[in-house]
Amino acid sequence: MSPIDFATLEKGQQIGSTTLHVNRADLVRYAGASGDFNPIHWNERFATDVGLPGVIAHGMFTMGAAVTLVADWIGDPGAVIDYQSRFTKPVVVEDPAGTNPSEADGTALEVTGVIGALDPEARTARVDLTVIAGGEKVLVKAQALVGF
Amino acid sequence: MSINPALQGRSYPAGGTYVVSREKIREFATATHATHRAHFDLEAAASLGHAELVAPPTFAIIVAQRADAQLIADPEAGIDFSRVVHADQRFTLHRPILAGDELVAELHVDKVRGMGTGAMITTRAEISTVDGESVATTISSILVRGEEAA
Repeated sequence: MSPIDFATLEKGQQIGSTTLHVNRADLVRYAGASGDFNPIHWNERFATDVGLPGVIAHGMFTMGAAVTLVADWIGDPGAVIDYQSRFTKPVVVEDPAGTNPSEADGTALEVTGVIGALDPEARTARVDLTVIAGGEKVLVKAQALVGF
Repeated sequence: MSINPALQGRSYPAGGTYVVSREKIREFATATHATHRAHFDLEAAASLGHAELVAPPTFAIIVAQRADAQLIADPEAGIDFSRVVHADQRFTLHRPILAGDELVAELHVDKVRGMGTGAMITTRAEISTVDGESVATTISSILVRGEEAA
């Protein structure tokens, strides 16, 4: 049973917010877990050679990490029945001199979720996610549909 | 190299079977900072009515990107992977993906749109069990960046 009562939800209501951190070790871990070994996500030379500002996070890392806010709120990750996003700004992950890349603070991702729409007949709630890194929105139209 | 516009409408049949394991679910959850116990603990999953560990909502990307790899590897497609940027992604889950699922993905190239010297390619993976139960539909758009004018 979900801890959330559908009848109490209101459009515009904030479901919560969290700040996640991503460092170079997180990108290596995500590459291994997902099978996406594109070197733009772990090799600075390659990333800059193809015109990027530096090593960037997988868009799917950011999308996957952001939806944990929704799964934790609803209490069941299996209740997320649809999830979409556009990737507009790259999340640059630095490799600061003198740091252990596994322990570096990394880039902060500020995630906020707001109820964007409610469908009482289908008993679904659309959660609109905002993810900000370095003062810019990095996901656009990030929407998770939750079934009750 | 340029993108072959005749790709639009092409399909790639389901390739190898992807068997979802408990350990891969735990690994993927850890990698996406997902801490919900239903990804890690059978009792926690069972308390929510799931017979097995529940995969995170974006787990299907593993299966979808394996299907996309067929297109990217197709010499007729003309896609230079080093110039690929992920533009958007959607997951529609017809039911949660659980440990033990044996999944196959059929890939459809829904749209190819030229953008300058590059192209935006939209693919759809229809993911089902080997027994034919529909599990997820994923839609991805990738931007293949064109070569800069010298």
